[in-house]
Amino acid sequence: MRLMWQFFHKLGSPKWFYGIAGRWLPWLLISGLILSLAGIVWGLGFAPKDYLQGNSYRIIFIHVPTAFLAQSIYIMMATAAVVTLVWRMKLADMFVRSVAPVGAVLTFLALFTGAVWGKPTWGTWWIWDARLTSMLILLFLYFGVMALAAAIADEKSSARAVAILVLVGVINIPIIKYSVEWWNTLHQPATFKLTEKPSMPAEMWVPLLMVVLGLYLLFGWLAFVRMQTEILYRERRTQWVKAFVRP
Amino acid sequence: MNSECRPVQACVPTAVGVVPAMWAVLRRDLRVSLRQRQDLLNPLLFFVMVVSLFPLGVSPEVSFLQQAGAGILWVAALLSTLLSLDHMFRHDFDDGTLEQLVLQPQPLYLLVLAKTVAHWLVTGLPLVLVAPMLGVMVHLDGNSIAILCLTLLIGTPVLSFIGSIGAALTLGLRSGGVLLSLLIIPLYIPVLIFGTGTVNAAVGGAPVGAYLALLGAFLVLAMTLAPFASAAALRISLSNS
Repeated sequence: MRLMWQFFHKLGSPKWFYGIAGRWLPWLLISGLILSLAGIVWGLGFAPKDYLQGNSYRIIFIHVPTAFLAQSIYIMMATAAVVTLVWRMKLADMFVRSVAPVGAVLTFLALFTGAVWGKPTWGTWWIWDARLTSMLILLFLYFGVMALAAAIADEKSSARAVAILVLVGVINIPIIKYSVEWWNTLHQPATFKLTEKPSMPAEMWVPLLMVVLGLYLLFGWLAFVRMQTEILYRERRTQWVKAFVRP
Repeated sequence: MNSECRPVQACVPTAVGVVPAMWAVLRRDLRVSLRQRQDLLNPLLFFVMVVSLFPLGVSPEVSFLQQAGAGILWVAALLSTLLSLDHMFRHDFDDGTLEQLVLQPQPLYLLVLAKTVAHWLVTGLPLVLVAPMLGVMVHLDGNSIAILCLTLLIGTPVLSFIGSIGAALTLGLRSGGVLLSLLIIPLYIPVLIFGTGTVNAAVGGAPVGAYLALLGAFLVLAMTLAPFASAAALRISLSNS
C-alpha cells in the first residue's frame, strides 16, 4: 500500500514521469504493433468467412477495437478528471487534454468503419440506430472537451474547468445511451439490427482480442508521446527542460 | 443588514438564513430582468420565429405539421434557451455582483439554484405559456397540446439547470456564445428525446405516464446535481479573471 502511495506521489512530478514514459515507449510500441498487426493479418487473411455476411464482416477487426477504445478513453479521462479536481495533479490534466483528440479520432473511425460495414450489410451508409447515434453524441462530447480546453488560457483554471465538463459528460453517458435506445425502440421496431454477437468460433475472436489489446498498447504509446510533448511545453521555463532540450 | 457592534469585536453582520438569502437572490434577479423588458422578450420572439420557419421552409401540409409539430416546438424551445444562457451570469460577472455572491456565507450552490430558477421564470416559463398558441398553428389537437405544454413545463427547467453549467464554465471567455452551445447541446439530447417522445406517444394514443415520470426524474437529477457543478465552475471562472 505504501509503495502505491509513493508511486502516486511521484506521479506529481512531470520530470519523473517524462523519464519513466521514455523508458516505456519502445516496449509499448513494439508489443502494440506486433499484437495488432498479427491480429489484423490473421483476421483479414486467415480467419474463416462468416456464413451470412461473407468477407464483408472482416471490418469487425478494425471496427470493434476502435469503438471499444473510443468509449474506454472517455472513462479514463473521467478518472483523470477526478484526480485533477481532488489532488490538483498536473499530469492528470495533461493526460485529459492529450488523449481527447485521440478519443475523437477513434470515435470517428468507429463511426466511419461502421458506415462502411453498414453499406453491404444494411444497404445504407447511415441509419439512426441507437448505437450509432450514441457514438455520434460521444463524438460531440469529445469536441466539447477539446473546444473548452483550447478556449481557456490560464493553465489551472483550464484544467479544473475541463475536469468538470468531463465529469458532467460521464454522468450523462449512461443517460444518453439509454434514452437513445428507448427512443429508437419506441419509435419503430428496428428495421435493421446490428447482428447480435454470434457465438464466434475461436478463429474469429482470438484475432479480434489481439487487435483490441494491441490497440490499447498503441494508445498507451501515443498518449505517452503526447504527454511528453505537453510536459516539455508546460515546463519550458524550468531548468531541467532547458538542459534537456539544449544540452 | 443587522450588525452587532461591540467595542472589542469587529462588526460582524449576523448571518442571514439560507432560505431568505435564496429568496433575496431570486427576487433581485427577477427585478433586474423585469427592468430590461426587451431582453425578456427576445428569447420568446426567437421561439415564435423559429417555429414559423418550419412550415415555410419544409412544408405547410397539415399531416406533416401534425407529425413534426412537437419536435419543432421542442427544438425551437431548446435553441431559444441556449441563446438566453449566455446572459445568466454575464451581467453579474461584469459588474462584480457575482464575486459578492461567492463571498456570501450561504452555500454557493443554493444561491446558484435560486439564480437558475429566476432564469427559468423569465425565459422558460414564457415559452410554456406561448406554446399552446403555436401548438394550434401546427395543427396539434387539444389533448396533444396539453401534453406538450406539460412536457415543456417539466423539461425547460432541466434545460436551464444543465445550461447553467455551461454558462458558468464559459463565463469571461471571449468566444463564449458558440462554445457554450457546443458544450451543452449533447447534454440536452435526452431531454429532447423524451420531450418529443411524450407528445408523439400522446398523438398515437399511447399512455404517457412513464415518459412524464422520466422527464420528472431528469428534473430532479438536474436540480440536485447541476447547481454543484455550476457553483464549482463559477469559482473557477472568477479565479480566472
